[in-house]
Order: sequence, then structure tokens, then C-alpha cells
Amino acid sequence: MSEQTIDLKKRRFLTKATSVVGAVGVGFAAWPFLSTWKPSAKAKAAGAPIDVDISKLEAGQLVRVLWRKKPVWIFKRDEKALESLDSEDLIKSLDDPDGTGNSKNQQPNYVTSNFRAIKNKESVAVIVGVCTHLGCSPTYRPEPGAADLGGDSWKGGFYCPCHGSKFDLAGRVYAGVPAPTNLVIPPYQYVTDSLIRIGVDQQKT
Amino acid sequence: MHNKQSWIDQRFPLTKVINEHLAEYYTPRNFNFWYFFGGLAVVMLIMQLVTGIFLTMHYKPDAEYAFASVEYIMRDVEWGWFIRYMHSTGASAFFVIIYLHMMRALLYGSYKGPRELIWILGMVLYILLLAEAFMGYVLPWGQMSFWGAQVIISLFGSVPIVGPDLLVWILGDYAVGDATLNRFFSLHVVVIPLILVVLVFLHIVALHHVGSNNPDGIEIKKNKDADGIPKDGIPFHPYFTIKDSVVVVGFLWIFCAVVFYAPALNGYFLEAPNFIEANPLKTPEHIAPLWYLTPYYSVLRAIPPLFGSQFPGVLGMFAALGVFFLLPWLDRSPVKSIRYRSPIYKWILGAFVVSFIMLGWLGVQPVTPLYVLLARIFTTLYFSFFILMPWFSTLGKTKEVPERVTG
Repeated sequence: MSEQTIDLKKRRFLTKATSVVGAVGVGFAAWPFLSTWKPSAKAKAAGAPIDVDISKLEAGQLVRVLWRKKPVWIFKRDEKALESLDSEDLIKSLDDPDGTGNSKNQQPNYVTSNFRAIKNKESVAVIVGVCTHLGCSPTYRPEPGAADLGGDSWKGGFYCPCHGSKFDLAGRVYAGVPAPTNLVIPPYQYVTDSLIRIGVDQQKT
Repeated sequence: MHNKQSWIDQRFPLTKVINEHLAEYYTPRNFNFWYFFGGLAVVMLIMQLVTGIFLTMHYKPDAEYAFASVEYIMRDVEWGWFIRYMHSTGASAFFVIIYLHMMRALLYGSYKGPRELIWILGMVLYILLLAEAFMGYVLPWGQMSFWGAQVIISLFGSVPIVGPDLLVWILGDYAVGDATLNRFFSLHVVVIPLILVVLVFLHIVALHHVGSNNPDGIEIKKNKDADGIPKDGIPFHPYFTIKDSVVVVGFLWIFCAVVFYAPALNGYFLEAPNFIEANPLKTPEHIAPLWYLTPYYSVLRAIPPLFGSQFPGVLGMFAALGVFFLLPWLDRSPVKSIRYRSPIYKWILGAFVVSFIMLGWLGVQPVTPLYVLLARIFTTLYFSFFILMPWFSTLGKTKEVPERVTG
């Protein structure tokens, strides 16, 4: 019997090759398990648009509805509130008032004015009520000059109780608060003058 | 009896294991108050496992039924309230013990060589325990469960580029909901407890390999008698098993007082909004995590958004946890124990402890400009402790470390 020599180089190569193939195998085997965490077909199908009747909505009133499991606010602003949204005094304290900077993807392209609402329907706002910081739902604080929110500098809007972010009555974020961007405006359209459909873009007229 | 023992010993190293870890495991004889908490942590782990197993027999991990099933445990299951309050109080008690256990390591330099690996295993255990407690708090599906989950999971959404997809993957849906609750249940009752038990085992194996530190920070193995037994060591069993059992009784006395008379502990152990069912339309007026998470929560709130992203704050929060891992290599002092460190080190460690407690306190306060300023100051102090440690740990004159343990 001839003397056997151990080829260490070959052995090391085989060890490495086996390890690599094994690791790839583990990776492939892990995929189905990790995939189970993705939204199920059922969860994906549950994102249908919803209709909201606003015929009874009074100025200053806010209703909350669930759309794609997120709170959506529909609220009516009076003349005074609209005026303040347009005022230079407020705009200079906002982070991205015209939605062209950090907040450029936070609204559909047909929502452009300082009111962040569909044209000719400026008084009614439709906003996803999820803070862009860490997902809390901010509190509705429409009263201007609220002492606990900075007195005279507070023009009315939303205050997030979790980390103190502030937004105006158009969902635009104030500068220097934790939230980095304006609140999201969902795609929406008017089916009739008093019926809003959330989740579908406005048709071009 | 002896026959039975030798029958087992031929097939399993029973006597060897008992001797190695109990009867002939030599422990420094100068252990003080701070050395109670490792044993107590094991007691808490067992209590949480047992009460958790029994809660699982009645709880339903379904967004539709979860809240009602917890109320069912509280009202209709015989002694259910007792098991549930033991589990919820147990979570907070566990953290009281763990924080004191970690404080011990800071005081006596227990993280320094050759115990770096014990410290790292301990830190992994601590972070897993935070995750375990957070997910457990989600299960009752109250208002704080829901909104706490919303905030903490949103942290992952701030990761650049992959954030939004990662967020949906963790949630299993486009918002916190049934899918999230169900997977948290699995992680809370199976995955993390299994890992915790394995890591606790490794933590103890590593400890018994190098031996315990002590309040003098002396290696007792350097001073052995003719039989190879450390002169300053006494067997763990029966000396410390007896001493620890007295401690356990004392601890359970306080623990039961909380369970029976103040299970919510004024909102610190169970927050009032969590007795209201989860409502995805409305965040509670004042939301704060449970007390053991608040120092990190304060760090998160103290860091403002940069470049239109809240990621820096999230990074800061995780860095506040992660920086503990580096402690063994940041501390360059020639001595371990606080007893022999320089006066300046004592002051700085004091300032760090104050910062940690203040950050914790600020974390349950509402956001005001003054509190944000304070949170920023204490966050700076917190990180300075670690960043400047290689420098200040060598400053000043240390006292001479004795040959043998004192007191």
C-alpha cells in the first residue's frame, strides 16, 4: 500500500466550497420563511377606496375615517382659517410651505395651493392623520392662540402628543419640530358636491 | 442512594456538573448587596416563564379578541388577575433588577478583562429583554399597546432607502394590525424566550469559567492555597445558596406588596390608557413608553431631524444602547473597583448615572422647550461618558489595590 499524503490545500478548498454552497442553500431556504412576513394576499386586497358623505360637515368640524387602516381626517375650515393659511406670518414659520422641498411627495399633483385641497373646494381638507415622525395621530387643535401651544404664534392646526410635532390647518409641518415632512394628502375626488371618494385620483377636467 | 448516583455518573456527568457549578465553585467571600441581582434575575426569568405559560392558556392573539381575552383573564379566570399582575409587575421588577445588576458591573469594573464576553452576552440579553418586554406590552391590545407599537415600529421606517419596505415587512400589513399582533405573540412567547434561556446559560458558563469579580476588583484565583482553592473563596453552595434564598424571600415580600396593592404602580408599570381597547383613529393625549425604555426614548426626542429625515434620532437611540458594548475597551483604568479609582472618576460616573436617570424621567414628561433643552444636555453628557472614557479613566491618582479582599 502506498503511503497516503494529505493534500491540505485541496481539503481547505473543499471546506470553503462546501461552506459557500451550504450558506447559499440556507439563504434560499430562509426565503419562504421571511416571505411569510410580507402582507398577505388578503391584506393587499383590503385597500379599496371609501366614500364619505360631507353634506352635514360644519365649519370647524372634523371627522375621522379609516382608509387602508389609517386614520383620515376630513374637516372644514372657515374663512378666517383659510386667510391665516395664506398669511405670510404663518408661512415663514413652516418648514416647506409650498410642498416643493422635503415634502414634495406628500400630496397628489392636483393639490398645490396653500390650502392643500382640491381647487374650488378649498374649505374642505382631506389629510391622512398619521404624523410623519413616528406614526402617531396628531390631536386637532383648531383654536388660534392656544396658550399651551405657544400662544399668539399658534394659528390653529394639529399637535402630535407623542413627540411634540406641530402642523397647520393644511397639514404643513412647522420648522424645528421632530416631524420631517408635511402630512400626507391621500388621492381623493369629489363624486358629487357632498360625496368624497378617498383612494382614487381626481379626474382631469 | 450512592449506587443510584454512580449509575447516573457513569452515563451523565451529574456530580461533576454539581461540583463545578455549585459545591466547588469558589465565590469571593466579600460579596455585598450589589451581588444579589444576578441570582434574582434568574428567579425573575423563571417567574416570567411560568406565569407566561399560564397566561398563554387563556390569551387569544387576535386583534378582534386580544383585549377581551385579557379582561377575561382578569375577571373570569380563577386567580387569573394574580397570574397576569405577577407577569406585568414581573416585567418591571425584572428591569429594576437588571439595571441594578448592570450598575454593579459599572461600580466594580466587572466588564473589564477577562470578563468582556460575560459583559457582551449580558448586553445582548438586556437588548433582547427590552424587545421581549416591548412586544409583551403590545399583546393586551390596549391604546398604549397599539400606539407604542406604532411609534417603535415606525423607527424602522426611517431607515434610508429600504425603510418603507422594511416597515411593511415588519407590520405584515400597511398599518399596525392583526398580522403585527400575531407575529409579536409568536416572538414574545417562543422565539425570544428560547434565545434568552440559551444566552443566560452561556452567560453563566462564561462567568463560571473565569470566576466572579468582587467589590475589591481582585482576581481571587491569583491567591490559592496548597489545595488549589482560592484563599478568599467560599463554595457557592451552601454559603451563597442560603444567603440568596434569604434575599429571594425579601424580594418576594416587596414584589407581592406591589402585585396586591399597586399593580399599575401609578401608571409606571401599567399605563391607564392601556385599559382602553386599541383605537387606530385616536392617539392618547399623552403617550410615553414604560419606564425602562424612557432613557432611550428621551435620546430619540432630543435629536432634531436632519436633512429632512428622523433617522439621526433613531440612530442616536440605538447608539445609546450599542455604546455599552464597547465599555470593556473604553475603560483604560489600571484598577477595576470604584473603591480604588481616582476621585475624578467617581464624580464622572456619578454624573453619568444622574444623566441616565434624568433622561428616564424626561422620557415620561410632555415635550416642552425646556425639557427638550434638558434632554439635549443630558444626551450630550450620556455620550460624553463613553467618548471621553479612554481619556478620563486614566486621569487622577488611583488607590493601591490590596493583595487580598477586604471586608
